[in-house]
Amino acid sequence: MTLESRVPSGPIQEKWDRQRFELKLVNPANKRKYEIIVVGSGLAGASAAASLAELGYRVKCFCFQDSPRRAHSIAAQGGINAAKNYQNDGDSIWRLFYDTVKGGDYRSREANVYRLAQISLNIIDQCVAQGVPFAREYGGQLANRSFGGAQVSRTFYARGQTGQQLLLGAYQALARQIGLGAVTMFPRTEMLDVVVVDGHARGIVVRDLVSGAISSHGAHAIVLATGGYSNAYFLSTNAKGCNVTATWRAHRRGALFANPCFTQIHPTCIPASGDYQSKLTLMSESLRNDGRIWVPTATEEQRSADAISEGERDYYLERLYPSFGNLTPRDIASRRAKEAVDSGRGVGELKNGVYLDFRDAIQRLGADVIGERYGNLFDMYERITGENPYDVPMRIFPAPHYTMGGLWVDYNLMSSVPGLYVIGEANFSDHGANRLGASALMQGLADGYFILPYTIGDYLTRIGSAPVTANAQAFGAIEEDVAQRTKKLLAVEGKRTVDSFHRELGRIMWDECGMSRTKEGLARALQAIPALRDEFWSDVRVTGRGENLNQTLEKAGRVADFFEFAELMCVDALHRDESCGGHFREEYQTDEGEALRNDDDFAYVAAWNFTGVGEQPELLKEPLAFEHVPLSQRSYK
Amino acid sequence: MQLVLHVWRQAGPNVKGAFATHRVAANPHMSFLEMLDSLNEELAANDEEPVAFEHDCREGICGSCGIVINGVPHGPTRGTATCQLHMRKFRDGDEIWIEPWRAAAFPVIKDLVVDRSPLDAIVQAGGYITARTGSAPDANAIPIPKDDAELAMDAAACIGCGACVAACPNASAMLFTAAKASHLGLLPQGQPERDERALKMVSMMDAAGFGGCTNHGECEIACPKEISVEFIARLNRDLFKASVMAVE
Repeated sequence: MTLESRVPSGPIQEKWDRQRFELKLVNPANKRKYEIIVVGSGLAGASAAASLAELGYRVKCFCFQDSPRRAHSIAAQGGINAAKNYQNDGDSIWRLFYDTVKGGDYRSREANVYRLAQISLNIIDQCVAQGVPFAREYGGQLANRSFGGAQVSRTFYARGQTGQQLLLGAYQALARQIGLGAVTMFPRTEMLDVVVVDGHARGIVVRDLVSGAISSHGAHAIVLATGGYSNAYFLSTNAKGCNVTATWRAHRRGALFANPCFTQIHPTCIPASGDYQSKLTLMSESLRNDGRIWVPTATEEQRSADAISEGERDYYLERLYPSFGNLTPRDIASRRAKEAVDSGRGVGELKNGVYLDFRDAIQRLGADVIGERYGNLFDMYERITGENPYDVPMRIFPAPHYTMGGLWVDYNLMSSVPGLYVIGEANFSDHGANRLGASALMQGLADGYFILPYTIGDYLTRIGSAPVTANAQAFGAIEEDVAQRTKKLLAVEGKRTVDSFHRELGRIMWDECGMSRTKEGLARALQAIPALRDEFWSDVRVTGRGENLNQTLEKAGRVADFFEFAELMCVDALHRDESCGGHFREEYQTDEGEALRNDDDFAYVAAWNFTGVGEQPELLKEPLAFEHVPLSQRSYK
Repeated sequence: MQLVLHVWRQAGPNVKGAFATHRVAANPHMSFLEMLDSLNEELAANDEEPVAFEHDCREGICGSCGIVINGVPHGPTRGTATCQLHMRKFRDGDEIWIEPWRAAAFPVIKDLVVDRSPLDAIVQAGGYITARTGSAPDANAIPIPKDDAELAMDAAACIGCGACVAACPNASAMLFTAAKASHLGLLPQGQPERDERALKMVSMMDAAGFGGCTNHGECEIACPKEISVEFIARLNRDLFKASVMAVE
């Protein structure tokens, strides 16, 4: 297998125009002859399903939640970037492109990122037209803020609920198409396998989560918009249901998985409060604009924050990075917090956090101004911890948040399996080794509204519109596979609960393949994961039956897939003998403790081909060229 | 802390349900759902089937969770979804009654899980602005007064959990419907379809088996996003105007 990125030739500014011209169009009268399946209903899935239906295709959309409006895009707080330059502060498509490539630590495809920056303009227009209530100035114009250390104000936001409002916009566009009969919606339905016929994706096998019925759906093309895999760590900021099953199952059927070790750990989350912790909650990064991060200089400090004098506090980000201070990028802020806690200077009952202190900002600006800026976040913090951040500093700690890795796709967003498209967080495409704040929403909507609807047509014209039926022999065999796997989970009848296995797997991943990795640690993980996986299959207890709503069974299937996938994450992390973005290998750092890239040997996308569970996967490389953003070492000193 | 839980157990939509009593030990820092997780871990360890309940983001934004706690949708803390409720709001020795949303339009699927798809049907009937992908003018072409945008956002904050329906003596979805109709109706982009939207959404609300609104105001109290009943008045005005103006 060879990797063809299908990036068009020509100057980078003209590539997307050129591609749109060269892609074949489906005759409008023929569009209704094509069926397309979209799996997932978040920003990418809902926007794609709605846009494809508007074009005239027949669309089936699937989600495991009870309603498409609940997809995890809804939880994004901060905002969405666009190079509108409404603030006249020197922003441009080129600058957004440049920032994203550099922020991604030079491990993304330049042409994709440039297109993303171009499309960012259309996204904001589209969302406003749908009624997304973005923040506005008194004159009625759209408001912007600076976000995640960007030097221009290009982030559009709707209070702390930007993801919710963008998703509701896409959901409403989807709802309109459902009402018109152009999209058939399948909520509470989980995709459990992809059907590949003669090398082309031709359908999916799903389980109805209410009746337990397993069935197949055929289509001319399949779109996966199934999000990221942060829940491999068990504790993450992802919703409890987020999982790797759809992408992993596609991987097992031939779709290459790219850069699985590129995971993002978000620096400002609320630390765990005990062993029962079920997930971690993110506090918007905007808090770092006014909060100061510190730990006590002494280890084993017992006093409360207010009793610790200025001289006994270590504002370590301000000390190490005088020019960026508390606004250093996510990966750096996260790693330094872990160092502080590992050195025994953590704060809180469990010594597992660092302070984010608003005392000075409240003194300087007044509690009212701080309340206006962060009131809802302070309330949320108090609800969860029982502590009032106006009086005592917040405690924060990093948590897995976003995964830059995902299924490999070409410039048209098609995976290595023809007819199988992957959009949003589920693909690997635009963020390289580190994603900038407010860029995830932008990418999900760019893929769904403005890229996939054009590129998919080219494939469809080439395969023709003969109907695809789900009765082919291939469908029956895969349905049987899925049914057997479900039966097998129920038949183990062991002693340990699904969650206890997931927690243990998560602990291994956090310790050995988290924000700091070593060769030895990864080798340990690669011993421990298969052993634990075997134990899972011999000792897990899945209660209930397969023929009705069974949340334990759903969880068990997802955890079983995480067990296979986790190994790939570690293989990828072990092979990448460099540090870049969210992938920090302790062996590869500068004298000052910063990530040390190895561009000579690793300026490529690592795309892995499945060869069997527990087998060494085959590595394919897509070389990356940086013709427009010169390679340089990031410096935030 | 030690608690006595009375949890509604119902195997399926057409099966009779009943309360089952469990004793659990909880930590005050746990969220309510983590307390249920720990109950479920215990049940599973004893080979009993765990309590089915809906949840996903556990950050109070996805709207999946929804449990009637001691008779109150989402429990005792105002403006807080079940997943954001923490056990420090309860006392050692408390008895807690845990039930699903109760409404004719929300049949129980299992235990605490109900079918809320009629809320989706209301949006599908007209809870949108028609804006084909690609057809939008520049985002700043239409200025929107800040106060209007803020008020639209107040209404748009609805998470679609259905607590308003569960709290209403008539099991009406009027607050849900009004929040969406007001969010869109307050914006210039939402004007062309404003009348039709009000008519279609309310008519679907009736058809889906929700009751009518008789201004009890329980919905606002139960709403985890504290959406104001004033939006219901706004929808009623739109509805009146649209009915009068309707050609048929």
